[in-house]
Order: sequence, then structure tokens, then C-alpha cells
Amino acid sequence: MKKIWTVLPLAVIALSACVTINIYFPAAEAEKAADKIIDEVWQIEKSGTVSKSDKSSSVAPEIKMEKPI
Amino acid sequence: MNNLIKFCFALFVLCVSAAASAQVNIEINTPGVVALKRSMQTRHTQLAEFYNNGAVGLTSDGLVALRDANAVPLASRQKVNGLVAAENQDRKALYTEIARANAHPEWEGDIRNTFAQRWIQRAQAGWWVQSGGSWLKK
Repeated sequence: MKKIWTVLPLAVIALSACVTINIYFPAAEAEKAADKIIDEVWQIEKSGTVSKSDKSSSVAPEIKMEKPI
Repeated sequence: MNNLIKFCFALFVLCVSAAASAQVNIEINTPGVVALKRSMQTRHTQLAEFYNNGAVGLTSDGLVALRDANAVPLASRQKVNGLVAAENQDRKALYTEIARANAHPEWEGDIRNTFAQRWIQRAQAGWWVQSGGSWLKK
């Protein structure tokens, strides 16, 4: 039962160490959030997908392979 | 002894889950942020003209400033000053609101710095941005 007096303080230290992770500023996440807001405020549209879809329609038809009997 | 091992394992699992939950997304979907975003969006249609002709530039502290008053005809100077003041008020409120929405009011400065960098980096060609105290055309 005395063991609890050695384990408990250790547990408290370990837990507090985990909690401290939370106070660091998540810079990468903040950058993503900022970009999202800037996109909306400046109404920046993502372009470059139109030309790709045009090309995909002109792909040659698939050749069907017949299984050897 | 066996109990001690079990306890340590439980503690380890707890720590890992706490660390995983610590990697939270930045919350930007609060009513306050959405309202500020909308207000800035409508103002941008008026401000864009002044970004383009160099009258207004993006500052290194995440705000906007009247850079060249001569680029604005005398009649609309009052209007530009009003736009700049309103925009800065919204921007400051936005940084405060995001920090508050994420339960870390002390992040405000970091959020402002992050925004300052992103505004400048994403500014369109021809706009003026502040870099190290001097103005630079993108």
C-alpha cells in the first residue's frame, strides 16, 4: 500500500507533462486556417482543373481482352 | 508488482491519447469569425481597387495602411481612410476572436503574425506589401 505514495507523484508529473503539450502554438494548423480565411475574404478560386477534364474525354477507347479458353 | 505494471501501462495509454487530442485544429467556424469574414469580404470589393493602384498596402503586422495618398483622388480620400480604419478594426477583432474561440487568448500575437505572413505571401502581383519597414511591390 505504501507503493501508492511513490507511484502517485510520478503519475501527477507524467500527466502534467502531457498537458503542457497543449500550450504550444500550432503554427502549421494556424497557417492552414489563415489560408482558408484569406481564400474567402479575397475570393481566390482554385483554377487548373478545367484543362485536365477536357483531355480525359479524348482518351482512346479501351481494348477488351478475351480470355483464352 | 503486477499492478504497478498495469498502472504504468494505463498511464502510458492516457498520455498518448492526451497527446493525440492536443493536435487540435484551429477553430474558425464560430459565429464571430464567420461574421467578420463576411464583413471583410464585402469590404474587399471596394478595397481591391486601392490595393491595385498602390494607395493601400499590406503591413507586416497583419493590417492594412494608406501607403500613397496621392494615388487617391481628393474626393475619395475620406472613403479610403474609412475603409482602412474599418478593415483594421475587423482584422484585429478577427485575430482576437480566433484566439478566444480556441480557448487560448494568449495566442493572439502568434495568430496575428501568422496572418501577416500569409496576407503578404498571397497578395496579388502589383500590390504593395511591407517588408522590414519598407514598402515593396509584388
